[in-house]
Amino acid sequence: MSAAKPHPDTPVVSVRDLRVYYGTPKGPARAVDRVSLDIRAGETLGVVGESGSGKSTLGRGILGLLPEGTGLAGEVLYKGRNLVTMTKEELRRMRGPELGLIFQEPMTRLNPLMRIQEHFEETLRQHHPKLSKDEIRQRSLQALGRTGIPPTRYKHYPHEFSGGMRQRIMIALALVLEPTLLIADEPTTALDVIVEAQIIRLLADLKRTSGTAVMLITHNLGIVAEACDRVAVMYGGKIVEEGNARQVFADPKHPYTRELLASTIALETRKLHTIPGAPPSLITPPPGCLFHPRCPDAMKICAAAAPPEEQLEGRRRVQCWRHSATGAIPAGQNAPLGREEISVAFEA
Amino acid sequence: MPSKPDAMTDTLDAPGGTPAPDATGARPFISVKNLKTYFEIRGSVFDRLMGRDAGTVKAVDDVSFDLAKGEVLGLVGESGSGKSTLGRSLLGLVRATGGSAVFEGQEIVGLDERSLRRLRSRMQMVFQDPHAALNPAMTIAQSVGHPLKIHKRAKGAEDQRRQVVAALERVGLSPAETYMDKYPGDLSGGQKQRAVIARAVVLDPVLLVADEPVSMLDMSVRSKILQLMIDLKQKLGLTYLYITHDMATAKFFCDRIAILYLGRIVEIGEASALYAAPKHPYTQALLEAIPDPDPNHTLPRNLPRGEIPDAAKPPHGCAFHPRCPRAFAPCGWEIRDLTGLLEARWAGMAEADHQAERALIGTPKIPDGPEAASRLPAASGDGAALLALLEKIRAEDPAEPFWTGVKAMHAEAGHVTIDWHTPVTPRLIAGKGTAAACHLHDPALAAHLPKAADGA
Ligand SMILES: Nc1ncnc2c1ncn2[C@@H]1O[C@H](COP(=O)(O)OP(=O)(O)OP(=O)(O)O)[C@@H](O)[C@H]1O
Ligand SMILES: Nc1ncnc2c1ncn2[C@@H]1O[C@H](COP(=O)(O)OP(=O)(O)OP(=O)(O)O)[C@@H](O)[C@H]1O
Ligand code: SF4
Ligand code: SF4
Ligand SMILES: [Mg+2]
Ligand SMILES: [Mg+2]
Repeated sequence: MSAAKPHPDTPVVSVRDLRVYYGTPKGPARAVDRVSLDIRAGETLGVVGESGSGKSTLGRGILGLLPEGTGLAGEVLYKGRNLVTMTKEELRRMRGPELGLIFQEPMTRLNPLMRIQEHFEETLRQHHPKLSKDEIRQRSLQALGRTGIPPTRYKHYPHEFSGGMRQRIMIALALVLEPTLLIADEPTTALDVIVEAQIIRLLADLKRTSGTAVMLITHNLGIVAEACDRVAVMYGGKIVEEGNARQVFADPKHPYTRELLASTIALETRKLHTIPGAPPSLITPPPGCLFHPRCPDAMKICAAAAPPEEQLEGRRRVQCWRHSATGAIPAGQNAPLGREEISVAFEA
Repeated sequence: MPSKPDAMTDTLDAPGGTPAPDATGARPFISVKNLKTYFEIRGSVFDRLMGRDAGTVKAVDDVSFDLAKGEVLGLVGESGSGKSTLGRSLLGLVRATGGSAVFEGQEIVGLDERSLRRLRSRMQMVFQDPHAALNPAMTIAQSVGHPLKIHKRAKGAEDQRRQVVAALERVGLSPAETYMDKYPGDLSGGQKQRAVIARAVVLDPVLLVADEPVSMLDMSVRSKILQLMIDLKQKLGLTYLYITHDMATAKFFCDRIAILYLGRIVEIGEASALYAAPKHPYTQALLEAIPDPDPNHTLPRNLPRGEIPDAAKPPHGCAFHPRCPRAFAPCGWEIRDLTGLLEARWAGMAEADHQAERALIGTPKIPDGPEAASRLPAASGDGAALLALLEKIRAEDPAEPFWTGVKAMHAEAGHVTIDWHTPVTPRLIAGKGTAAACHLHDPALAAHLPKAADGA
C-alpha cells in the first residue's frame, strides 16, 4: 500500500448525498440521486442494478470522470478531502496511485501500438518519476505475476493476448500503483463464464492480500454473491437497499431487490418470474417511490411520498415504506395501491 | 428435472444424439451428419510478422445431431466454440465445407442460392444484438414487413399491414399501432428484441435459430423474452436451435443440449441428464463456474486454467486437454503444454529464479501435428542440467496432469528428448444419460486412468 493503512472501521471513501445530472434535450436526467455510501479498507462493495440505473455514473462520479458539463453535487470524502470540489489537475494526480479504475473493455484502454512493457513504464513514470528502470521492471513483473501473466509475455503487444489475459493486464496496470480504492466497472461482462470465474477469483484473492477497498459494478447478482462483502442495489439513480451481501440475498428487504433476485434465471429456476413494466424515466420520474408503478407491495403512500431511508440492524439500510418506523405512515395510507394493469406499451 | 414450460415436448428416451422420431414417424425434421465448416485464413503481412500464418480454422468440425419437430436444442459453449457458425451453416448463411444437413428432406449443403432463399422463409434467425439487427432508418412496420416483401408474401399494402400487425401482436407489441411508425431508437432493448422476433416469425417459419437472443438484455427483461419464445413455440409449433453461453437459460428452455468446444460437440444429450450428471470435464466446469446468487455457493478452486486456444492451431488429442483438470496420458500432451506449464510457473516467480531457469531452457520447435518425441533445446548447451531442472519441476508438483503424458525424458548433447504417450482423439461415446467425447468414459482407455481420478 502506498498510504498507511487506515483503521479497518474507518471508511476509505465516504460518499454523501451525491447527485449527478446529465443535460439532455428533454431536460436534466438525474442519473445519480442523493447517493450515500462508505467503503472500508479491504472491503468489496458490489453495486448492482438494471441497465441505466446509474451504476457507471456513480463510479465515474466518485472518480471525477464525468463528461464536461455534467452536473455534480454532494461530497466524496477521501482522506479528509472532498473530491467533488477538487481541481481537475489535483484529481488527475490522484487517479492511479490513490484511485484506480478498471473498465469492461480492456482493448479500448490498451494502446495497440505499445508493448505491455511500455504501458507499465508510462504508468509508473507518470506517478513515480524517480523509479529506476530496474525498479519499474521489478514492480511491473510482480503485478503481472499476481494476475497470472508470465514474464515471458512482458514485451508482447495487446493483440497477442486473449480477452481474459488483457483484463488481467488491466488489473495489473491498476494494481502496480497500489491504489487505496479500486473501482471496477463490469470487469468481466465481456468474458466467458470460466474466464469470468477466474477473474472474480483473482479479484477476491487480491483484495484479501492487499487491503484495497473495491467497488465492483455489475448487473450480475451471482458475481456480487461470490466476490463482494457488501452490496448496494440501485434503482433509478438511488441506492434502495444496502447491506451485507449474504444477508441481502438470503433475506432481501426491499421489494425491488426481492423481485430482481426472483427474476434472475439460475440453474434452480423452475418458473420464470418477471417484473412488469420498465425502469423509471430519470427526466420525469414518477412521484413518491420510484418503484411504485411496478411494486407488488405498493401502498397508497408510495405513490404520494418518497420513502425515508431506514437503518436496520447490522449496517443495513433500505428505502421503502414497508420498513418505515411505526407511525410514519398516516392513517389509511397503508392500504394497497389500486391501479390499472401495467400496459405492455410501458414494458421493457 | 425442472418442470419444462412446454408440455407438448415428446419424451425422448433415445440416448445422446438421436431424438425420438417426430409425429409422422418418418425422417427426422433436421438431420446433421459430419457437418464441417472450415475457414481458410490467409495471414496478412502483419499477421505473419506477429508469427501468425495462414491456416485453417475448423469452426465446425464433424458435427452430427438430429432435431425433432417442436424440439429445442441448445448449443452451448464459450466464445469461439463455433456456435454461430453452426447455426449459420444450417441456414446456408455460411457455406458448410463438408458433411450433410438435411432439413425436411432437403439437403442444404451445396444447395444453390435460389433454393436456399426459398427454404429460408421456413428457417429464420434471431440475433444477439437487437440494436444492430434493426435498421435505424426503417420504421418498425417496415422492418417487420421487410421479409414479406423479399419473399413476395403480401397481396398488396393492406395485406402487408395486416400481417405486420398480427406479428407485432403475437410478440406482445400491442396495440401494434403504437409501434408501427416508431423507429428502433424509440424502443427499449426488450421491445427491440420483440420487434426482431416479430420479423423472424412474420413468414411463419418452422425453425428459429436464436443466436444468444437474451445475452445482451437485463435480467428482468431476459425472462420476459424467454417467456415470449416459449409462448411462440407453443402457439406456432416452432422448433428452436437455441445458441447461448449461458447454462442457466439453456437448462430452463432446452429439451436437449449440445456442448461445443473448438468446433466439436463434446457432450450431447437430454437436458435433464446433462445437468443431473454431466460427464465431460468441460461441461462440469461450465456448470461450476456459473456465478450464483445463492449465498451458499462458492466458486470451485480447480477451475480450468487458461482460455479457449487459437482455433487455427488446436491442441492435439482432446482439444480441452491443456485446461482439463482431469486430463491423463492419452489426452494429447505435447511440447506446447510444457511451454504453458513453464509460463504459469514463472508468473510471479522472483526475477532471479526465473532468469536462472530461463538460462537453461531453449525455445522448442512447434511441430504441425503430433510427434512421438519432442526436443527441448538446452539454452546453456547442457542437456543434463536441463533434465535435472525438469525433474525438479516435476518433483515440486507431481500431481500436475502434464506429467501423465510424458513417457520418458532423456538428456542428450544440447537438448532433452521427451517421449510422449500417443495422443488419442476422443469420439462421442453414448452411454447411460448423455454421450460424451472424453477418455474418462472410454472403457478401452481405462487402463491409463490414474487411480486417484477414478470414481468422480
Ligand atoms: N453522457 C450522458 N449523457 C446523457 N445521459 C447519460 C449519459 N451517460 C449516461 N446517461 C444516462 O444516465 C443513466 C444512467 O446511466 P449509467 O451508464 O450510469 O447506467 P448503468 O447502471 O451503468 O447502466 P449499464 O448497466 O447499462 O451500464 C442512463 O439513463 C443513461 O442513459
Ligand atoms: N468468416 C470467418 N472467417 C474466418 N474465421 C471465422 C469466420 N467466422 C468465424 N470464424 C472463426 O470460427 C470460430 C468459431 O466462431 P463462431 O463465431 O462460430 O463462434 P461462437 O461460438 O459463435 O462464438 P461467440 O460466443 O463469440 O459468438 C472462431 O475461431 C472464429 O474466429
Ligand atoms: S415504498 Fe412502497 S412502492 Fe416503494 S418499494 Fe416500498 S412498498 Fe414498494
Ligand atoms: S479426454 Fe477427457 S480427461 Fe482427457 S483432456 Fe479431454 S476432457 Fe479431459
Ligand atoms: Mg454501466
Ligand atoms: Mg456467436
